[in-house]
Amino acid sequence: MLKRHSLDAVIIGAGVVGAACAYYAARAGLSVAVVDSGPVAGGTTGAGEGNLLVSDKEAGPELDLALLSSRLWTELAAVLPREVEYEPKGGLVVAPDEATVKALRNFAEGQRAAGVDAVEVPANALHDLEPHLAPGLAGGFHYPQDAQVQPAQAAARLLAASGAEVHLGEEVTQVLLDRGAVRGVRTPRRELLAPAVVNAAGTWGGHIAELAGTSLPVLPRRGFVLVTEPLPRVVRHKVYAADYIADVASGSAALQSSAVVEGTPAGPVLIGATRERVGFDRSLSTQALRRLASQAAALFPVLAGVRVLRTYHGFRPYLPDHLPAIGPDPRRPGLLHACGHEGAGIGLAPATGLLIAAALTGAEPALPVHPFRPDRFGSGPGAADTPEEHP
Amino acid sequence: MPTSPSDPAGPPRSAGRPRSPQPSAPTGPASSGPAGPVRSGGADPVDLAVVGAGPAGLAAAVTAARLGLRVTLLDAGDRPGGQFYRHPAPGLGAARPEALHHGWAEFAAREAALCEHAAAGRITYLPLHHVWTVVPAEAAEAAEARRGQAAPPTGWTLHAVAGHAPDERAAAVTARAVLVATGAYERQLPFPGWTLPGVVGAGGAQAMLKGGLVLPGKRVVVAGSGPLLLAVAGSLAAAGAAVPAVVEAAAYTAYAGRVPALLRNPGKLVEAAGYGGALARHHVRLLTRHAVTEAHGTDRIEAVTVARLDRDWRPLPGTARRIPCDALAVGHGLVPQLELATGLGCATRPGPDAAVALEVDALQRTSVPGIWSAGETGGIGGAQLALTEGELAAHSVAAALSPERAATDSGRRVERLARRRARLRAFADAMAAAHRPGDGWTGWLRDDAVVCRCEEVPAGRIREAAQDLGARDARTVKLLTRAGMGWCQGRMCGPAVAALAGQEPVADRRPFSCPVPLSHLAELPATDR
Repeated sequence: MLKRHSLDAVIIGAGVVGAACAYYAARAGLSVAVVDSGPVAGGTTGAGEGNLLVSDKEAGPELDLALLSSRLWTELAAVLPREVEYEPKGGLVVAPDEATVKALRNFAEGQRAAGVDAVEVPANALHDLEPHLAPGLAGGFHYPQDAQVQPAQAAARLLAASGAEVHLGEEVTQVLLDRGAVRGVRTPRRELLAPAVVNAAGTWGGHIAELAGTSLPVLPRRGFVLVTEPLPRVVRHKVYAADYIADVASGSAALQSSAVVEGTPAGPVLIGATRERVGFDRSLSTQALRRLASQAAALFPVLAGVRVLRTYHGFRPYLPDHLPAIGPDPRRPGLLHACGHEGAGIGLAPATGLLIAAALTGAEPALPVHPFRPDRFGSGPGAADTPEEHP
Repeated sequence: MPTSPSDPAGPPRSAGRPRSPQPSAPTGPASSGPAGPVRSGGADPVDLAVVGAGPAGLAAAVTAARLGLRVTLLDAGDRPGGQFYRHPAPGLGAARPEALHHGWAEFAAREAALCEHAAAGRITYLPLHHVWTVVPAEAAEAAEARRGQAAPPTGWTLHAVAGHAPDERAAAVTARAVLVATGAYERQLPFPGWTLPGVVGAGGAQAMLKGGLVLPGKRVVVAGSGPLLLAVAGSLAAAGAAVPAVVEAAAYTAYAGRVPALLRNPGKLVEAAGYGGALARHHVRLLTRHAVTEAHGTDRIEAVTVARLDRDWRPLPGTARRIPCDALAVGHGLVPQLELATGLGCATRPGPDAAVALEVDALQRTSVPGIWSAGETGGIGGAQLALTEGELAAHSVAAALSPERAATDSGRRVERLARRRARLRAFADAMAAAHRPGDGWTGWLRDDAVVCRCEEVPAGRIREAAQDLGARDARTVKLLTRAGMGWCQGRMCGPAVAALAGQEPVADRRPFSCPVPLSHLAELPATDR
């Protein structure tokens, strides 16, 4: 059946990025619809920990996006219901030896220039911040801007606050084209017509790009998380070892793991994060569990004695240069992308939504968007340029 | 009248005491090995690992051992028999544990066989071993090489938490084939007041009686749906409790349409007549198409409200009345315990009772080569069916592992088992359909009624998540409300949450079938995938 009322944009994806796009587009006065094959937060959003991190990003376009998001999350926390559990708990990156402390110092230097608040913590002060940390660490850095939200709630409340027309449980089966330009989408239940379609399908963004007759090389990068029994507050910050930063930046397909440990308001401690590119393999990896558990116990020896209630996994939307694709696709007029945020989608969602809203309304973007242009990977029809690096 | 996968109310037809109320001491590495993780070496896998020592697993293990397979039997309980053949701890000095069971002889014979096989080293029996996951037994490189290919793995590793908290040990077993006989747990449909002290599961009441010879109260209302209720009421009454009513949500006229399946199972009819007679003797009233819609009390249950239901289990206005009691035994049938199997990717199907069960072929094979299933995991059907399927599965595994040894006399036995299985399954399906919860049951669930008791999530918050926030399934409701995230991992509230989310039940996915000490995970072998 044909739905005739004037939408300005259709957003594919009811994860946190799609919800943020809907929220900022609606705030800009646009009429939008959100469509998803599953429920709200049914993909990678629901499998995330809700990290809003600046600490793990080196100076560059992603850090700029994270800093903008960090400011926006503070604003959102004031207007969204408290169920989103926004918690500006701060991050603590710890180093096992002096050489790593030095590397972190250089890393933090660049971040500070970009506007990050990074405070060096000498070895003897680490336990003031985290009393249960293992002894013998060489030092660390405290990042007060790191924060956390409950990711599914964040997506659901953003989506509800957007007032967008929402169609869940409806898979987009076709991206409708008219003389080479996008003019809407089709689901088994309806057609949604609009002059713009936003691909916020996360790890499944490559498939949507294909439906639109273009391409985006999004690959799944699997991660496991362990969830412990509810505990009194034994972990106060988001605490991780310095090698996490190297893992995030790596492009390797092999299993990488570095414990990121944090408490939650409900009591359980969450332990991430592994990274491996194994397609959409849903089988349990005891190897990943072993590494997470041993690294978490190395950081917080007290955790060795607790029980793990469950584990879950998700598939981060990985793009080869670790930067998301945000903005209009010059190869397909009317198509915009907002996907490929890898493990940082919760954190980067508001800034992404703001940039998409600007692109939809023709407003000046809050940040230079060139590094995020969707056609930077080449291939697909009419690829303009294929630089290996972003400026 | 239905019959039950449970006990008769009347005096037992005892087969005499089992040779020993306790199995022989475990002969496996768990009891003889040094402290620390125990691993039956990856280089020397057993032929068959059986998970669960209830009727299905026990029957499978002793049959497989008789057929010449080397078997390891792992069970979360401390003695064989599972939930069905639960019996008092020796310390309680029960003179005749069989008094609470029928079919005790069948258990006793298999328990004796287990003792013999264990003593002879053909079965390694590992009680108090809770298997938390099963994974392909191969190095990561081999798994990598196999990725995307159709070839099944050559064996399996079962990881278990062994012993009592807080001194659990990590244990692992490798096997060429695995039989999942993990049974079922009770289905609960919540109602206001169901968290009051004095409200117990119907199966729980039975277990208290069988395992500890304890009554949940002096005046016990039995409610819910399913044939277990009659057995429970009978046992309670026989043990001295007053049972003012059995409140059954289904209408037994639902059986009328299933006469052929009933007539092919005359034994079940005799069993049913036994319950009917016992209930009459104890003056127990059976209220069909009724439900307990609320439990009242402050520190403890003092009364229940009972209301009449329409065909869809919707309470009819104006029919509510109060029945005083000091305990309520309530349950709505059983739900197959599937997480080990679904973790392996075994296919599932919705059952006639609206619970999800494993897809199993005529030889008890799941959709994953190398993984078999028997008993309740393939659909709730009771102890007789479980015994039959366990034996059948053992023959099937033996034939798969060593086709040259599959003798012809085994073939005739298999045919007979398959026929009995088909007959009992037909009966179980008829019963399951009759007791399938109607869609209207959520009508008695007020918004303030707690649904997830671990995380204290009321129905209203679940409805909000489903109706206003875009949760369309139990998983998303869980993410938004924490319902199902607590200690029981949704075993208690899962069916209710799915119903409130407007979702057909889907197979549980729990990568860990029980809580696992973090130190056990940290000590997993580095060679696992």
